[in-house]
Amino acid sequence: MTRPLVTSGASGLLQEEPLIFERSVPGRRAAWPRPLDVPPADDLDPALLRAVPPRLPEVSEPDVVRHHTRLSQRNYGIDAGFYPLGSCTMKHNPRVSEDLAALPGFGGLHPNQPVSSVQGALRVMVELEDALAEITGLDAVTLQPSAGAHGEFTGLLIVRAAHEARGDARRRILIPESAHGTNPASATLCGYETVEVPAGPDGVMLPESVRSLMAPDVAGLMVTHPNTVGLYETHLREICAVVHDGGGLVYGDGANLNALMGVARPGDVGIDVMHVNLHKTFSTPHGGGGPGAGPVAVRAALAPYLPRPVIQRGERLAIDWDRPLSIGKVRSFYGNFGVLVRAWTYVRQMGGPGLSWASRMAVLNANYLRARLGASYEVAFDRPCMHEVILTDRRQRPHGVETMDIAKALMDHGFHPPTVYFPLVVPHALMVEPTESESLDEMDAFVAAMEAVARQASEDPASLHAAPWRSYRRRLDEVLAAKSPDLRYTWPSPEGSASGGD
Amino acid sequence: MEGIPYVPATPDEVQRMLDVLGFSTVDALFDAIVPAGDRLRQPLGLPAGLVEADLVEAGTALAAQCTPVTAAASFLGAGAYRHHVPAVIRHLVSRGEYLTAYTPYQPEISQGTLQAIWEYQSLVCDLFAMDVANASVYDGASALAEAMLMSWRIGKGKRPRVILAGAIHPDALEVCCTYGHAGIVRIEAVPPGPDGRVDLEALRRSVGPDTACVAVQSPNFVGLIEDLPEIAAIAHEAGALQVVSVPDPHACALFEAPGASGADIVVGEGQPLGLPISFGGPYVGLFATRNAYVRQMPGRLVGRTRDVEGRQGFVLTLATREQHIRREKATSNICTNQGLCALQVAMYLALQGPEGLREVAEQCHAKALYLKRAVDAIPGFRVPYKGPFFHEFLVETPCRAADLVEDLAEEGIFAGVPLSRWYPARTHEMLVCATETSRREEMDRLVARLAAVQGGAR
Ligand SMILES: Cc1ncc(COP(=O)(O)O)c(C=O)c1O
Repeated sequence: MTRPLVTSGASGLLQEEPLIFERSVPGRRAAWPRPLDVPPADDLDPALLRAVPPRLPEVSEPDVVRHHTRLSQRNYGIDAGFYPLGSCTMKHNPRVSEDLAALPGFGGLHPNQPVSSVQGALRVMVELEDALAEITGLDAVTLQPSAGAHGEFTGLLIVRAAHEARGDARRRILIPESAHGTNPASATLCGYETVEVPAGPDGVMLPESVRSLMAPDVAGLMVTHPNTVGLYETHLREICAVVHDGGGLVYGDGANLNALMGVARPGDVGIDVMHVNLHKTFSTPHGGGGPGAGPVAVRAALAPYLPRPVIQRGERLAIDWDRPLSIGKVRSFYGNFGVLVRAWTYVRQMGGPGLSWASRMAVLNANYLRARLGASYEVAFDRPCMHEVILTDRRQRPHGVETMDIAKALMDHGFHPPTVYFPLVVPHALMVEPTESESLDEMDAFVAAMEAVARQASEDPASLHAAPWRSYRRRLDEVLAAKSPDLRYTWPSPEGSASGGD
Repeated sequence: MEGIPYVPATPDEVQRMLDVLGFSTVDALFDAIVPAGDRLRQPLGLPAGLVEADLVEAGTALAAQCTPVTAAASFLGAGAYRHHVPAVIRHLVSRGEYLTAYTPYQPEISQGTLQAIWEYQSLVCDLFAMDVANASVYDGASALAEAMLMSWRIGKGKRPRVILAGAIHPDALEVCCTYGHAGIVRIEAVPPGPDGRVDLEALRRSVGPDTACVAVQSPNFVGLIEDLPEIAAIAHEAGALQVVSVPDPHACALFEAPGASGADIVVGEGQPLGLPISFGGPYVGLFATRNAYVRQMPGRLVGRTRDVEGRQGFVLTLATREQHIRREKATSNICTNQGLCALQVAMYLALQGPEGLREVAEQCHAKALYLKRAVDAIPGFRVPYKGPFFHEFLVETPCRAADLVEDLAEEGIFAGVPLSRWYPARTHEMLVCATETSRREEMDRLVARLAAVQGGAR
């Protein structure tokens, strides 16, 4: 497949788009309520009323449609092309899920309706819980957390509650140095002190390292599995036994579950608590930053600590608030229900065999890219990987070309860059995760682009420092943004001396 | 394996990839990755997949077991509010460029999301009359919990006590307790006074030099408007911050904005501003503060800057507060937020504009006032609180409220939310809400039906 050089968005007619505030024209509007069918209110003390109304833009519906259509065209999504953003599992987002989540019988339900009027919604939730329990090899699931980090927080509070219930308050938690930043941040939020576990030389954790750190005040280990360098934690079974022998529990960050479905179950290996990112493995769209959902699966012994409420099984489903050992609620209502419907849809459409095949193809695709890209880039751990592979800029650095330059140059070739500079344990990482939804020809086109960038790095490094050239905006001044933060619009003062404008 | 949706590899392509890798089968590749003892040897215990036509049927059948609020006369509130959502919003946020992008880590190819979120931040500031707003947190309840932790950070640990004053939504209170469980903050609740609002005398006695913040909800859990200026004065006198939580931000188009009366952190539930009610989520937590505290804020922030050619552009900024840089010292653990929901809020506020938003807010209040007076006049029913309110109010019922609600649901009326859901002993009370979507004839039907209850129907 030969690929023409690209420009971003609707390049035939790519307009500059002002701020929505700059489109405002006094007197314009887009929405009207029904005529009032009751008497106007006469009860409020004028002193309570807002003196200066919010200065919202005055625009028409066509204004808003143009504005957001044009803005959206400045974006790159998985719909537009390959998005190999490692650790983020940017797989195809099915549209049938969008349709089902929007059905009035789901999207139009109030969370405080009588339980008898929401049976179908609760059924979706219990079926999703059961599927996640089966896939992770654990016993009970809460769907309440809103994202991965929220799931980590929830899961670690469950670990804490389980220890406290035995009168065994433990202060510290072991976290591999390769962990995502949310892991230590969640640990702090739960009152734990973090202890870093070094990775072994071949990228996986060694039982000895964990054994030497286990102590009576260690609550457990928080491990990403497969880990953030894209490798299966081959010693995990033994490591879990070490932690359990020391009285600890093992928390699994399941952000990378897309490599494991039907392959190996974290619960079978010894993980006690695990969160799952539905906005990764279960194909719900990431929406440019959310919403996601981060359900948490636990062993039966930990089920009493799950956030309340839980759904009570049976012919008629009920909502059970009476959970004396629960860690409590972590957010309002029952979770990001609309996201749950999409994940349920995906599980039902794929079925057990389909999910297993998806994981197998995600891993095969990553290994194919590892083999092909290894010709022009350094591979951090050059052996069979799981769902993602980490490259570095080691061969390009002698030319003065760094990971960031490679990432920006890829945009000129029509691809979203890989995740860069993460995980921190691999300096200058470029983390490539193709997922199962990319085809061989798409991956070959990506390889060709990566090779072209590698050639450019040796032949014309300066051009890479200035990349990207073709995007709607070129490199942005992040130092300026941080030094003099400009975080909101300020309307021009009446005299016309714009203070927040351009 | 064929016929698996969303997996394009053909058997021939699978073989070609395996050849490149030097493995004969996919299984052999996995044998080289996963220890034999860890491999799952049986198929997943999940049903086989459904083709799309059957899937749509299965999903539609489950949805059909539910009664949406649009098919009933609904007076439900208590944390989620039904308002009209302009049709264009769903179409705009369904654009694949918005829907299927990740967090805008690469700003050059994410200017759409970044500019839209910057506009969202500006609109939230405007609505709350605050200086700076973040790019969203999970929901209103977790926003309040984050505000509580942020106040604690601003107090540098010397002010360990957080006061949650008056009728705060019990779920939000519970979320605060969950977030406070690590033990660094001491949470104290000051219960509402006999008029249903913050007991100002009790609050005065409670605040002290160890107080990080006084958090209040307005309109509060029973719908009443709190005396925000007075509460701010009490907090500030003790050197504490005032945190205000807004359950339905339409209130800010009618009543004085929290920022105008001295609030230091304002949070809110964004669902009423253009999001489907969707059984409780996804919603969006609005979060705003004063400039002085921006570096203690949780969550992402979008800032305006320039590109190398001097053109206006937007980037994620002040990231040194965040988990991916600061790890265990971050201001919050939040990573993925509610970006697309924030976009919906931005669209809604632009579509309503200042006039539309005010009209919606006025209609909410006018309709709720009409309903409140009518219900209060029914013998046996009573509206106990007489203070200023927005669009929700507490009703004392002559019979068990939960039974009443169940009975009326069968007739297509969602009469209210029984308080026994949170307070098992409060069996004869419910919250009733009206918004601009409530029709007079529906309200009259509810009133007639309640009057019949008193007549001995149950
Ligand atoms: C390994 C890992 N852990 C945790 C997270 C946090 O998940 P979320 O962004 O859903 O909070 C991510 C993704 O960002 C991740 O890649």
